[in-house]
Amino acid sequence: MNESTQPHSQEAAVAPPDDHTAEHVAAHVRKYIMVGVTLLTFTAITVALSYVNFGTMKANVAVAMLVATFKAGLVAAIFMHLSAEKRLIYRILIFTGFFVLGLFWLIYLAWYNPIVR
Amino acid sequence: MDAITHLDPHAAHDPHHEHEHHELGFVRRWIFSSDHKVIGIQYGVTGLVFLFFGFSLMMLMRWQLAYPGQALPVIGNALGKFFGPGSMPDGKMTPEFYNSLGAMHGTIMIFLGIVPVAFAAFGNFVVPLQIGAPDMTFPKINAASFWAFFVGGVIMLVSFFVPGGAAKGGWTSYTPLAVISEQGPGYHPVLNGQTLWLIGFIFLITSSLLGAVNFITTIIQLRAPGLTWMRLPFFVWAQFVTAFLLLLAFPPLEAAVIMQLMDRVAATSFFMPAGLVVNGSPLHISGGGSPLLWQHLFWFLGHPEVYVLILPGMGIVAEVIANNSRKPLWGYKSLVFAALVLGFLSFIVWAHHMWLTGMGTTVSAFFQTTTLIISIPSVIILSAFFISLWGASIRFTVPMLFATAFLPMFGIGGLTGIPLAFNSADLFLHDTYYVIAHFHYIVAPGTIFALFAGIYYWFPKATGRTMNMFWGKVHFWPSLICMNVIFLPMFLQGMLGMHRRWYDGGQGWNIANEHVWGLTGFQWNTPISIAAWCMGLAQIPFIINFFYSILWGKRVANDNPWEATTLEWTAPSPPGHGNFIKAPVAYRGPYEYSLPRRGKDFTMQNEPIEASERKTARPTPDPVVIA
Amino acid sequence: MEIPYTVIARRDTGLWNAKIGIWLFLASEVMLFGGLFSAYVFLRLDAAPGDWPHGLLNVPVGTMNTAILIASSVTVVLAWAALKMRQFARYKIYMGITILCGVIFLVVKLAYEWPQKFEHFGAFIKDDALEKYEPYLGNKHLLAKGLPPRKEITGHLHNKEALSDPNVKEYEIALDPVNADPANSVNDRPHFFYVPPTDKIGTVEKADVKYANMFIPKHSPYFASYFTITGLHGLHVLAGVLVFIYFWLPVGANMYKRNPEHLANRVEVAGLFWHFVDLVWIFVFPLFYLL
Repeated sequence: MNESTQPHSQEAAVAPPDDHTAEHVAAHVRKYIMVGVTLLTFTAITVALSYVNFGTMKANVAVAMLVATFKAGLVAAIFMHLSAEKRLIYRILIFTGFFVLGLFWLIYLAWYNPIVR
Repeated sequence: MDAITHLDPHAAHDPHHEHEHHELGFVRRWIFSSDHKVIGIQYGVTGLVFLFFGFSLMMLMRWQLAYPGQALPVIGNALGKFFGPGSMPDGKMTPEFYNSLGAMHGTIMIFLGIVPVAFAAFGNFVVPLQIGAPDMTFPKINAASFWAFFVGGVIMLVSFFVPGGAAKGGWTSYTPLAVISEQGPGYHPVLNGQTLWLIGFIFLITSSLLGAVNFITTIIQLRAPGLTWMRLPFFVWAQFVTAFLLLLAFPPLEAAVIMQLMDRVAATSFFMPAGLVVNGSPLHISGGGSPLLWQHLFWFLGHPEVYVLILPGMGIVAEVIANNSRKPLWGYKSLVFAALVLGFLSFIVWAHHMWLTGMGTTVSAFFQTTTLIISIPSVIILSAFFISLWGASIRFTVPMLFATAFLPMFGIGGLTGIPLAFNSADLFLHDTYYVIAHFHYIVAPGTIFALFAGIYYWFPKATGRTMNMFWGKVHFWPSLICMNVIFLPMFLQGMLGMHRRWYDGGQGWNIANEHVWGLTGFQWNTPISIAAWCMGLAQIPFIINFFYSILWGKRVANDNPWEATTLEWTAPSPPGHGNFIKAPVAYRGPYEYSLPRRGKDFTMQNEPIEASERKTARPTPDPVVIA
Repeated sequence: MEIPYTVIARRDTGLWNAKIGIWLFLASEVMLFGGLFSAYVFLRLDAAPGDWPHGLLNVPVGTMNTAILIASSVTVVLAWAALKMRQFARYKIYMGITILCGVIFLVVKLAYEWPQKFEHFGAFIKDDALEKYEPYLGNKHLLAKGLPPRKEITGHLHNKEALSDPNVKEYEIALDPVNADPANSVNDRPHFFYVPPTDKIGTVEKADVKYANMFIPKHSPYFASYFTITGLHGLHVLAGVLVFIYFWLPVGANMYKRNPEHLANRVEVAGLFWHFVDLVWIFVFPLFYLL
């Protein structure tokens, strides 16, 4: 057998077995409902927190974004199965995350550092 | 499907129908096809038509620049009637029409010409064949991508014929001008040039996104067994990076286009600051928007777009050079990594298009640095191509002529970009003909020459016939000469201060007094225009050759007429539905030319490694002999 | 001709085609909404103090819509799980609930929230006239408490013809509580429950107004970005609902009979899109409703 006919020596080893078999899925159902409840709770929390004065508007925005990021993280990790996804997907998302942060950061920078205003 | 089979009277005579598993009618086979090859050809032909159309707009503009205010002879009156009142009354071009032509020339050449041909056409036709795949992963989405592009193109064309004519805000559609133009009395609220430009753009962006998703998935998933990443032809790598650029850079522009559409249709002020006065009366908008925001979002696409234009061209040139120099491509890995770095960096250089907008020094310094860094991978790629030619016994076929011409042309274009990267130098050169010459050297004699190389090179695979090589040379030499006569003087004009948007070509400005080589900067317009029209004539041999060869060109003797190594040449010419008769397996790298101890000078990727090669796992290259 | 790896994963990547495809598409969606949100950030930072409105949206309704969307996210993942466990009847139920949630979300948005905004009116006062409208704005009170100033008077417009008729010289506004009683500390921060405009009519001269309009996109960059982002988000919800209906109809059942795994994969992919739509809303909700 020629080793060249083997597709992909480097990545074949890292592909874990698919954990989305029927038994695994059944075990996850409870988790999905728990996450849903957590999300609803945090929705209530973020509404409540918006009526608390953290001193400045910026602080309130920061708190709300922190909660939103946590919620979004839960959705992404559990509902979208990102907590156990293949490496390829992570790579795509890391790139995307980098560029979207770059977009935000540089546009913020351009606002922050003008010659004229 | 059955219902439309009778529409195809030629089906019975088609020699390739025997290969089909099931017969498709003419409409399903050639119009609403989901076969990647047909879609590639559709993209290619549509894109070439748009390229020629966009070039024709420029030939019209060149008349106005060379002979400002004079009536265009012979066709002037007819064109004036064709494009409606306000375009060319009595054959004399109005300033508004000139602006329309400029804006649409840029838009059509980039988004309806080069991207569809370089990325979508070649990518669709060649990539699945080169990776040994039966088709794209999502054939229907692929067809949807083409039709979205087609609709977008039609909308762009229709915009010429609405009251007021096509968009006039330049291909960049800078606000606030783009938002306030073509509005008010005499204009339809939606069916006006700029609004149709925006709507057409949404279709074009959607098309590119669908295409990009498809390309990336195909390259990841459908590579033939044994075709590892480092065995992919460089063209596939180039398309892979290009697809990522389109995927991630286009959406922010889509967001911006939607916002500008809201500004125009719903009178919002995303990009409109307060206190604007138009025609003497204050604009009734809420204000609070920012024109800079549009520029940021536009150039967030706009700069990666430059690499979308050039990377597929580089990929084609790599294939053609390797094939015709009969040598392995020099520095394959550095080429691949250079392309990846290029793609990565292209996302963080965008604001170098905005030196004159009032950004602060910190931002400018950041973008100036990244801009200079990005020249490194470009130079690596160009150097690798040049070194590949060193010591080769080059076959100067027509594709190779175009590919070798690409190298110095791209070099000139790239090197003249460096002064523009420094914001101090750019203050002087910004928006002059110097900039025009710079980016046209990259895109016109650069990418378009690469596209011609690709067309001549893969034509036998697509049709089973070769294009006539004599007429190919008749196409090539005048094109090369005209390109340089057009664009070299523009550097001088630009350095004299000629602004790129002057309707009268600079005759009323200081530039009319500055002499270079006996001509004023303004007088250079005439030779440039003549060269541009000659360039148009030089395309006639190509057009005739192209269609003649489809029907009556010389049949290829075998499936691999160029004696190439990559997998597409193992498929029949033209490949049937499903591409390969036997699914290919790759055993080796993409450019195994002139392997030692072999009877022929090329070894295809699907030829198994022989026992004699095993002893020297990596064949040592022959020493370079400098003759 | 068969395209490989439509249902079964390719060994080296461990993924089937559509999974990669949808994630790439979502990556582009991240950039799309990233572009919109970065525009929001830019415009909001650029706005002068008092120019960016607060508390104009209906928070309880927004909260309810958030809850609906989260619930639908749970049910869609349960529908997928039911398919994986080959329980088609449960799949139909969960998918039905998901579709229902999506439809409710859209109806609330289009039939209740947006029209309610279209009936509301706001007038931004010129800087040199702020003093004149102090009884409606209460800026001395806000200044004393260290809060940003108010520059807008909102409520229901009584004389609607004022918007189009240049001969009408003033706006008559049934004032919102915040402008009816501006110095009351109760009104310092937005209310949780929607409080309708009071009976108190305020008169604002057009000459003193910088810009006035109903709460439609051109009212301000705030409402422009609100309507654009929620509109685009709504289109995504609509697209998701349509796809789900397609899988819920007999098409889905036929696909299930042919190859249940194929339907499960397609529902998973559609579900990923749906979760992303939910995820965007998680950011939209606090940014527009709460802050």
